[in-house]
Amino acid sequence: MREITFSEALGEAILEEMSRDPTIFTYGEDIAKQGGIFGAYKPILGKYQDRIIDTPISEEVIFGSALGAALAGMRPVAEFHFADFLFTGMAAIANQIMKFKYMTGGQGKLHLILRGPDGISKSAAAQHSESIETIFMHIPGIKVIIPSTPYDMKGLFKTALRSDDPVICFEHKMLYRMKGPVPEEEYYIPFGVADVKREGKDVTVIATSRMVHESLLAAQELEKEGVSVEVVDLRTLVPWDKETVFKSVKKTHKVVIAHETWRRAGWGAEIAATIQEELFDYLDAPIRRVGAKNVHIPFSPPLQDFVVPDKNSVIEAVRSVL
Amino acid sequence: MELSKELLLKFYKDMVRIRNFELKAEELFLQGKLPGFIHLYIGEEAIAVGAMANLRVEDYITSTHRGHGHMLAKGASMRKMMAELYGKKHGYCKGKGGSMHIADVSIGVLGANGEVGGGLPIAVGAGMAIKLQKKDSVVISFFGDGASNRGAFHEALNWASVFKLPVIFLNENNQFASTERVQETTSVENISDRAVGYNMPGVSIDGNDVIAVFETVKEAVERARNGGGPTLIEAKTYRLKGHFVGDPQLYRTKEEVDLKWPNEPISRFEKKLFEGGYLTEKEKEEIWNDAKNEVEDAVLFAEQDEYPAPEEALEDLFEDSTNCLY
Ligand SMILES: Cc1ncc(C[n+]2csc(CCOP(=O)(O)OP(=O)(O)O)c2C)c(N)n1
Repeated sequence: MREITFSEALGEAILEEMSRDPTIFTYGEDIAKQGGIFGAYKPILGKYQDRIIDTPISEEVIFGSALGAALAGMRPVAEFHFADFLFTGMAAIANQIMKFKYMTGGQGKLHLILRGPDGISKSAAAQHSESIETIFMHIPGIKVIIPSTPYDMKGLFKTALRSDDPVICFEHKMLYRMKGPVPEEEYYIPFGVADVKREGKDVTVIATSRMVHESLLAAQELEKEGVSVEVVDLRTLVPWDKETVFKSVKKTHKVVIAHETWRRAGWGAEIAATIQEELFDYLDAPIRRVGAKNVHIPFSPPLQDFVVPDKNSVIEAVRSVL
Repeated sequence: MELSKELLLKFYKDMVRIRNFELKAEELFLQGKLPGFIHLYIGEEAIAVGAMANLRVEDYITSTHRGHGHMLAKGASMRKMMAELYGKKHGYCKGKGGSMHIADVSIGVLGANGEVGGGLPIAVGAGMAIKLQKKDSVVISFFGDGASNRGAFHEALNWASVFKLPVIFLNENNQFASTERVQETTSVENISDRAVGYNMPGVSIDGNDVIAVFETVKEAVERARNGGGPTLIEAKTYRLKGHFVGDPQLYRTKEEVDLKWPNEPISRFEKKLFEGGYLTEKEKEEIWNDAKNEVEDAVLFAEQDEYPAPEEALEDLFEDSTNCLY
């Protein structure tokens, strides 16, 4: 199968759907001339120019206007530039977008997407580095997708572009240039369906985004020691796929959860608690969580490496449950 | 107003120091020695220097992601700045912040900022503190044309005006917000026009003329010190380098930039100094050499400094971090 990058997969998803649906338009800072600060939009540069719009630096309006545009019949895709700047416009998201439908007794189709880069890159320091997907899982009212491969990116985003609910998509900065197989034919990946990225029988590692790849590397190394690791990529956090997770836990009886977001009250805590509540009898060891240490992401390379988990953190956690 | 030779030469020296720091930062970044991003202040030096010449140590500033010039003009240590750009242990933030987060609270630098417009509300807070303490200090908040489109800007101006706070909002309109031209994202021709909506004086000036900046800010500072409240000043300039080092600059041509170089603040001012007999070729050479030496000394300091130990990442979150790290 042909291989394309994560960014190209995103671009294809948008272009295919744009050509089908004239209500889709996309906007944000620095996207139309340069394709976004991490080049995520490079594949759509110069196409559908009237529907790809550079905006002022006005985060509250970038997010809040998505709600208005959706209610008025368009299908907006707003870019958040850096996940950290979701905080800058958080009132528009948490108080408006996420509450509108519920508070109005189910009115309106909120087909809108917020998307953009999150996670670490090379020393971007705290205001440009953080993984804050957990917050959007905690507050009800938006679907959360967090793809780890070009294939998943395209398939999930195509589904998002057809969803009538608000969706937020977190794309890891370190993944944009990653290549992977993506079929030419059209396909869609439903939300709430995890993907077993690697089969194994001794330990289940549940991960998303960059940590899926770190977990796969960890699994390769552990295999040399005779440990068979299953890697389950959740792909979406709201909804999350209890069925696939439970099936894996019933097979391996041991669980490690790996995310880049802070360990304390990170989304792994929710998954771990659910497994513990519902599958306690199947567990042969305490569930271990891997996440960033509970400080902000520091600038200096040795500090960043220390704070953020990698494959070694996963290996250590797996060993501790064996 | 007649300015003393001493002051004029100080303007020149400070601009040359900033220029040399930035040229070095660019070079080091391109050599792969600096992690993260670097946003250069080249071509905008007159604003920081002209403005800051009106401030005392007890006055405050808030800065931006393009903050090296502000720091140096306010009296920050070049060594500690350089070490921070390297991510080293004795940098301003002990390696935790990097270029975009340098602060030196002891000299009133309340932080560069990685969030566009993030400094504006902070400046308002410092202004409230000054008023409550009945001091005659002032605050200058630097921000870009792009930042003036954020809600934070509008809220900050209104607030400062309602409470008559001693804050000078100093807009550096370098014509660009990243890839976007100011005309494409900003509804007014002069950002200073927005002052009308907040009932404060607003003025636009040539930001490449260090004397104009000095004098305009002087008036605003005097007003603020005397309880006359805030001012919005727009200093019009031009960002001669990319948004960050490595920016492919697809949004403008090289010809456009070349046309702007002759108007850059240092050579323009230099010509004036020569004409007025304030500066000789020899003095000029000395000033540039001194600046280069100071930068080299800072680089040496930074290179000889060590990286922080990984565990230091867990320090500095709170005054007392007991039990807070899990
Ligand atoms: C709240 C927020 N939104 C977006 C960004 C990304 N960003 C960094 S600098 C920049 C442009 C800033 O332009 P301006 O305020 O004019 O300052 P200049 O870079 O021209 O000095 C953008 C969009 C950010 N850092 N913070």
